[in-house]
Amino acid sequence: MSETHSHDDDWPYPHPQQPDIEDGPLTDLMIMTDAVAELLIDKEVFSADDMRRTLEAIDSKSPAEGARMVAHAWLDPDFKARMLEDVNAAAEEMSIDAGTIPILAVENTKDIHNVIVCTLCSCYPKYLLGLPPDWYKSRAYRSRLVREPRAVLKEFGTEIPDDVEVRVHDSTAELRYMILPMRPKGTEDMDEEALAGLVTRDCMIGVTVIDRD
Amino acid sequence: MRRHHDMGGLDAGPVDPAEHDYTPWEKRVDAIVRLLAGKERRLITLDEHRRAMEDLGPGAYDELSYYERWISAITNILIEKGVISVEELGGKMEAVKARWQEARE
Repeated sequence: MSETHSHDDDWPYPHPQQPDIEDGPLTDLMIMTDAVAELLIDKEVFSADDMRRTLEAIDSKSPAEGARMVAHAWLDPDFKARMLEDVNAAAEEMSIDAGTIPILAVENTKDIHNVIVCTLCSCYPKYLLGLPPDWYKSRAYRSRLVREPRAVLKEFGTEIPDDVEVRVHDSTAELRYMILPMRPKGTEDMDEEALAGLVTRDCMIGVTVIDRD
Repeated sequence: MRRHHDMGGLDAGPVDPAEHDYTPWEKRVDAIVRLLAGKERRLITLDEHRRAMEDLGPGAYDELSYYERWISAITNILIEKGVISVEELGGKMEAVKARWQEARE
């Protein structure tokens, strides 16, 4: 296909473009993004349909899926054991696609609080939890968490008692982490759906603990 | 020697808790990378992508936004591997730009 062909059939995004909903003015790198996507579609590296489906997959992921797994693990010790062994396989049991990059769940206990970071870039279990918050990718978070985790957690309003060990897990391209938070007290009567409602993205990153009002 | 992306343990200011919703453009960059690195194609690896971002140099690394770094790096890799050429990219960017300008008028 040439660069003058019509995109009515294979343009993977709503057409015509709606630059006004984009963040700020059009930049050369935004133009380059669409140019690269079109070239790869022209060259049949992937199809417009692949692009559309991938964008849908990105939009379909949210912390809710991780929260469902956490709630299920709280109620089913056998499932919890399998989740701590292999998150991706445990997700599949619940018909959740956690992607192909291995995710390791680390469990918070009364003695150990865990928190995740990626100091070298921005590795995050996004195939399970959705795209990461901006601060996760920030220089401040990446630099400081490994050296002064308690101070960073305080900035999120999280005070970890001195007798609780804080462990920081540094993610890589090959292994990502998620936190299995502690089930809060006083939730014995709650069902799985209600429990899942307590589990936030930030407590699965480990910067907060579940706080019940 | 510590390179500029290797920031674990360094001093930095407070964590800015502000978040923004990802724009359609940013998601497109993410989708391109997922498709190229995914198990069906494996045209790039995530380590390769990270390396290409680090090779943008300290200035670009800090001045570009997150997904600007991503698309810059992925484009460099595609050119290096001969998947696309600089000429093709230039021509296509002109076409995309013209189409956008037309849509805005």
